[in-house]
Amino acid sequence: MEQLTTIGLNHYLTISAFLLGFGLFAVMTRKNAIVVLMGVELILNAANINFLAFSKYNGGMEGVMFALFVIVIAAAEAAIALAIVINIFKIFKSVDVSSIDSMKE
Amino acid sequence: MFELPSGAEIQGIIASLKASVGFFIPEIYLSALFMLLIVIDLVAKERKNNLLSITTLLGLAGSTIFIFQQHSLPAGELFFGMYVLDEFALFFKYFFVLSGIIAVIVTMVDEQFDREVKSMGEYYALVVAMVIGMIMMASSADLLMIFLSMELVSFTGYILAGYFKRNARSAEAALKYLVYGAVSSGLMVYGFSLIYGITAQTNLIKISLELSAHGSDSLVMIFASLLVLAGFGYKIGAVPFHFWSPDVYEGSPTPITAYLSVASKAAGFALLMRFFYIAIPHVGLPPENKLGLDWVSLLILLSVSSMIYGNVVALWQKNVKRMLAYSSIAHAGYLLLGIIVMNTQATLLYLLSYFIMNFGAFYVVILIANKTGSENLDDYRGLGIKMPLAGAALTVFLISLVGLPPTVGFIGKLYIFSALLAKGSLYLGIALVGIMTSVISLYYYMLIPLNMFLRESKLPDDKSMNLTLAPQIFMTVLMILTLVFGIFFAPLSDFANYSSAMFGFTMPPQ
Repeated sequence: MEQLTTIGLNHYLTISAFLLGFGLFAVMTRKNAIVVLMGVELILNAANINFLAFSKYNGGMEGVMFALFVIVIAAAEAAIALAIVINIFKIFKSVDVSSIDSMKE
Repeated sequence: MFELPSGAEIQGIIASLKASVGFFIPEIYLSALFMLLIVIDLVAKERKNNLLSITTLLGLAGSTIFIFQQHSLPAGELFFGMYVLDEFALFFKYFFVLSGIIAVIVTMVDEQFDREVKSMGEYYALVVAMVIGMIMMASSADLLMIFLSMELVSFTGYILAGYFKRNARSAEAALKYLVYGAVSSGLMVYGFSLIYGITAQTNLIKISLELSAHGSDSLVMIFASLLVLAGFGYKIGAVPFHFWSPDVYEGSPTPITAYLSVASKAAGFALLMRFFYIAIPHVGLPPENKLGLDWVSLLILLSVSSMIYGNVVALWQKNVKRMLAYSSIAHAGYLLLGIIVMNTQATLLYLLSYFIMNFGAFYVVILIANKTGSENLDDYRGLGIKMPLAGAALTVFLISLVGLPPTVGFIGKLYIFSALLAKGSLYLGIALVGIMTSVISLYYYMLIPLNMFLRESKLPDDKSMNLTLAPQIFMTVLMILTLVFGIFFAPLSDFANYSSAMFGFTMPPQ
């Protein structure tokens, strides 16, 4: 019963594990490059929840710092990724990852 | 929950930062060079000038002076355990600066850039940024620093791979590099968060102490190790994290292919070595030591599958760049052998030999593509007669990549395999796999000289194939280095031995 009434570390970890699962699912099954990148964001946010939860229950500041840096890196990554995807769309008229395959022999 | 630091504590922090900056001069210098290149690009508007490339060359060459000065500094951690200066890091600083210089030289001769892009713009600035990122990868002592520096290298790599933005293959290379890179770095960060949760530390040495003192839940730790290995494996291009590499290597501008396959891979290996040697405890009683054994078996799996997959799939390739991409997967397997037995000297020596021979091979491929406009194996027919020097040089580099004497590649393989056999019969099977796959590699490497020298060209040879003087001199220098270091390898092996000290102490051979 206590598990249900008070929020503990396990609750955070469960949500983070679900986010990781959803992110991986999106990365593996979706063909649209934008959706794949959204899956990557989910994975990064799962890691962020982990860092913050562990930081709260370990009592150190490193996890909070790590999460801050991950957020910044994710923003930079999104900028570069969108530039590349827009360029792909200009050339291939599609952002379907599986159809962009001009080099296989 | 968290108390604000007192004034005295802040004073102490500032003093510590000031002391650390003195150990950080090469990185600061290179960052200044990066910004200078952006400003020069803004000020100098002409399309075709060598101002940017010459500035980059001189700037990178100048940074070796600052790196050389660091030999006299004591090895140790800086910036509150975020960063480390030691002989191992110094080795990779030279390695990356030199590979940056060679990447610029290779870019200057590649005529594809004249056709594909209007201006070189931020290209050279990005090359320098990648050098900074790789230097920081080799010097990271903290999970946060590892993540940041790895992302710096990845982001610049994505942009450089897609630098021919009107070219479909280059754009596709950038997309593939991006998608696989983003996923694997995301997984790596999740692994870091689990390690942080288990140990409450982000510093590599403290993680190791924590793990060996208290042990860990083996299931969680193996899961975290797999996720972390996904990040490192992507950087080094080992099976099963290799899916990006053939397409990226084929589609990218060739200088970037060479740069990624040598420097970015070496940065991944620097990181892997530091993490595996330092953060994973190797001494202790069996329950604590199990993690080290788990890592060894994971790395053996990666290494054997890379050697077999890389060498076997390369047999069917018709594009020389793609063939070299598969060969670089195989070489990641050989390099992993040195890490498995924790012989830093052999691994560093192999990296040095790979540096010379791989840059050489890609350099000749670019020179040939300048003249024929193709990288297909069939178009190499009869080229050995038309440009004998390039043919001879490429043959030497390929013989070195196979690992036959008297080339530097032979010395690299010799050190790796003797390090394996020195550990006793335990690793005999893996050594045999390595030697057998080297024999397989002989076939596909030698297809290129076969086409160049023994088959007649289908094209009428009206086109003049004479190379200009400067590229020929550079190619000859690389060829002579490959041969000379194959015989007089003592300086290389001494340097590799000197560089195997991490955090100020040398790994005891086990």
